[in-house]
Amino acid sequence: MAHGPAKGIGRWLFTTNHKDIGTMYLWFSFAMFLLGGFFAMVIRAELFQPGMQIIRPEFFNQMTTMHGLVMVFGAIMPAFVGLANWLIPMMIGAPDMALPRMNNLSFWILPFAFALLASTLFMEGGAPNFGWTFYAPLSTTYAPSTVNYFIFGVHIMGASSIMGSINIIATVLNMRAPGMTLMKMPMFVWTWLITAFLLIAVMPVLAGAVTMMLMDINFGTSFFDAAGGGDPVLFQHVFWFFGHPEVYIIILPAFGVISHIIPTFSRKPLFGYSSMVYATASIAFLSFIVWAHHMFMVGMPIGGELYFMYATMLIAVPTAAKVFNWVSTMFRGSLTYETPMLFAIAFVILFTIGGFTGLMLAIAPSDVQYHDSYFVVAHFHYVMVAGAVFSGTAAVYYWLPKWCGRMYNETMGKVQFWISFIGFNITFFPQHFLGLAGMPRRYADYALQFSDWNMISSIGAFIYGASQLLFMFNVIRTIKAGTPVSEPKTWEGAEGLEWTVATPAPYHTFSTPPEVK
Amino acid sequence: MSTESNYYVPEQSRLPIMAATGMGVMAYGAGSWVQGSSAMVFLAGVLIMVFTLYTWFSTVIKENMAGMNSDQLKRSYVWGMSWFIFSEVMFFACFFGALWYVRVLVLPWLGGEGGFASNTLLWEGFEPAWPLMTTPDMVANGEAAQFKGPDQNMSFPGWDKLFSWLPLWNTVVLMTSSVTVHMAHTALKNHNRTKFNAWLGLTVLLGAIFLVLQVEEYIHAYQHMGLTLESGIYGTTFFMLTGFHGAHVTMGTIMLLIQFLRGLKGHFTHDDAFGFEAASWYWHFVDVVWVGLFIFVYVLA
Repeated sequence: MAHGPAKGIGRWLFTTNHKDIGTMYLWFSFAMFLLGGFFAMVIRAELFQPGMQIIRPEFFNQMTTMHGLVMVFGAIMPAFVGLANWLIPMMIGAPDMALPRMNNLSFWILPFAFALLASTLFMEGGAPNFGWTFYAPLSTTYAPSTVNYFIFGVHIMGASSIMGSINIIATVLNMRAPGMTLMKMPMFVWTWLITAFLLIAVMPVLAGAVTMMLMDINFGTSFFDAAGGGDPVLFQHVFWFFGHPEVYIIILPAFGVISHIIPTFSRKPLFGYSSMVYATASIAFLSFIVWAHHMFMVGMPIGGELYFMYATMLIAVPTAAKVFNWVSTMFRGSLTYETPMLFAIAFVILFTIGGFTGLMLAIAPSDVQYHDSYFVVAHFHYVMVAGAVFSGTAAVYYWLPKWCGRMYNETMGKVQFWISFIGFNITFFPQHFLGLAGMPRRYADYALQFSDWNMISSIGAFIYGASQLLFMFNVIRTIKAGTPVSEPKTWEGAEGLEWTVATPAPYHTFSTPPEVK
Repeated sequence: MSTESNYYVPEQSRLPIMAATGMGVMAYGAGSWVQGSSAMVFLAGVLIMVFTLYTWFSTVIKENMAGMNSDQLKRSYVWGMSWFIFSEVMFFACFFGALWYVRVLVLPWLGGEGGFASNTLLWEGFEPAWPLMTTPDMVANGEAAQFKGPDQNMSFPGWDKLFSWLPLWNTVVLMTSSVTVHMAHTALKNHNRTKFNAWLGLTVLLGAIFLVLQVEEYIHAYQHMGLTLESGIYGTTFFMLTGFHGAHVTMGTIMLLIQFLRGLKGHFTHDDAFGFEAASWYWHFVDVVWVGLFIFVYVLA
């Protein structure tokens, strides 16, 4: 076994160490977060006022598409895979991931996939412009020729996800320390076990969807063309069979993170651990049978609409159980409000708002009004940004001292939290009003009555964007010059095996498995 | 749970970054190739990939033969292969699902069922049928149609032609090969290397025969039946489902061939033959997919 990190760039290129790979995932994710954020700034700058000021409508479409793709596949998913790499082996008392070389392969595919995707911006025809959901025939008959690079980029990115997930499942099922039964696993490990299962189940379906596109575009098949007996709606079914579990792939690990942070700063064990596990499993199961609630407007039979409406509403039950458990964990705890806790509490509140708007969208007759409007944009940014991104940020603040042995600047962290929180809400709360008033999503221009809220939303977006630079500054400053900390437990109330190893965590931990009682 | 007191973490390795490079080059090359550029970049990626995988697998085999693999790592490999096969199941489920959706819902709707007006407004006079010989395009545009249905299809031709029906023989070949690979496994467990080599060799041969028959079927379809990838949704689903299955049979045959060659070199013992076992699970999986294809693509059509 290697004893310490290798020297130079080779350490990162050839590594088999889960901590190195986790670090690379996290930095890659942050780079993509900045790139996707830049696209978002372009979008909000253009929407600052009605009329076209900065970019052409065609380019606006490329920006919305690339923003969605980069944020979902490049920023959020790799962020949680990075956390999984860093934390799962330490949380279950394993020396590393089960398949360390494949682990490095999973990571290094991503820079290639996203370089390919981003390079389409500079190619003739421009980047993909058909929305991150790439509905046929926009993405087939009417797509720019660069769609082929997009397709193959998605293919290798999917291979990366599948390999990463296989690795996580093998690690969790096979490498837990003696005595750690399934129902003693930390929540983050549980949520990732279930997430990995979802990924292996639906990533191949995404591969199938883009393969069908590839064949329709280049080889004359008629999957999505009614002229040959196919159906464009088939694309939407296949896509959302992937796409709905995908949103839980993004949010379940976030649930896991929050289930660690809230008990720590409440100084109480997590309320209802087993119900948390069962709720996570229920959400995962339900995610497979609700996909067509994204498609209430395509002309499904009424029976289908009703089924998908009621099935979707069922998801509110296990999700509410989770929110109840988080609140009950805080109830009568001795709470302190360090930066990770602030983000975690904001997560609970804002994610619940996003959940409720989801419930509104689930009601098929009401969805006639909300569908494809800014209400949907507001809804999924409340769960993606205030959900996934807030919890990822919370996780970085929470575990950063363990990772690098230095404490971040608490004041700067709190300032960053409040700017993020305020900026986020200024950006996305008005979008509810815009959507209800009838402003459609993905439009480069809008009617005059939407001007005020759009301007406010854009101002909020610039505030939120700036707060991420402060986040980056705080993290880099911590790594370079933060106050050194050495006690194993950074946080008084923290529980779990990762807090039993030295700080900063040595390059290899748990070469001999600990005994879990 | 872990039962090991110590665990082997491999040294640094150049293989992952090489594989990632290979995949990146392949993705870029495939993207430019389908747009009309030369296939050279794609082939370069394939070469990198083949070289890397060869090196990677031989490294893993050497490690195992050097006794570096603990029981725990072997279990990780088992989990890895099982979940990989599950991902493949979902890939095929996607295409079977598309076939089901088209046959059961799309075509009746195009024919006006459920109050949809598409057969009066867009495709006047379209009659849903499976196999779909007359596409909506042909009904609306006649000879100018872009999507023309096939002249003939691959469905069950009737009991009198049963024995000249190729898919039946394909089924027989593949079913037999699942039995022979199992016989090879049993022989290995009984320490009988001669029988192991013989049964495994026979399995590889059956895999190759299946592929030859499949190629034969495709040539016949293209040259004599007017059935191509472009023959509307029937040709689309037929070739995509059987084509991906054929690609997986090719993969499985190569995997088994490698295990066969390893067997001749004296690899594997009765209790340590993961490479062979993984390949045989994969083989059973492609066999099960074929049964699904035989039923849903050939028989129930």
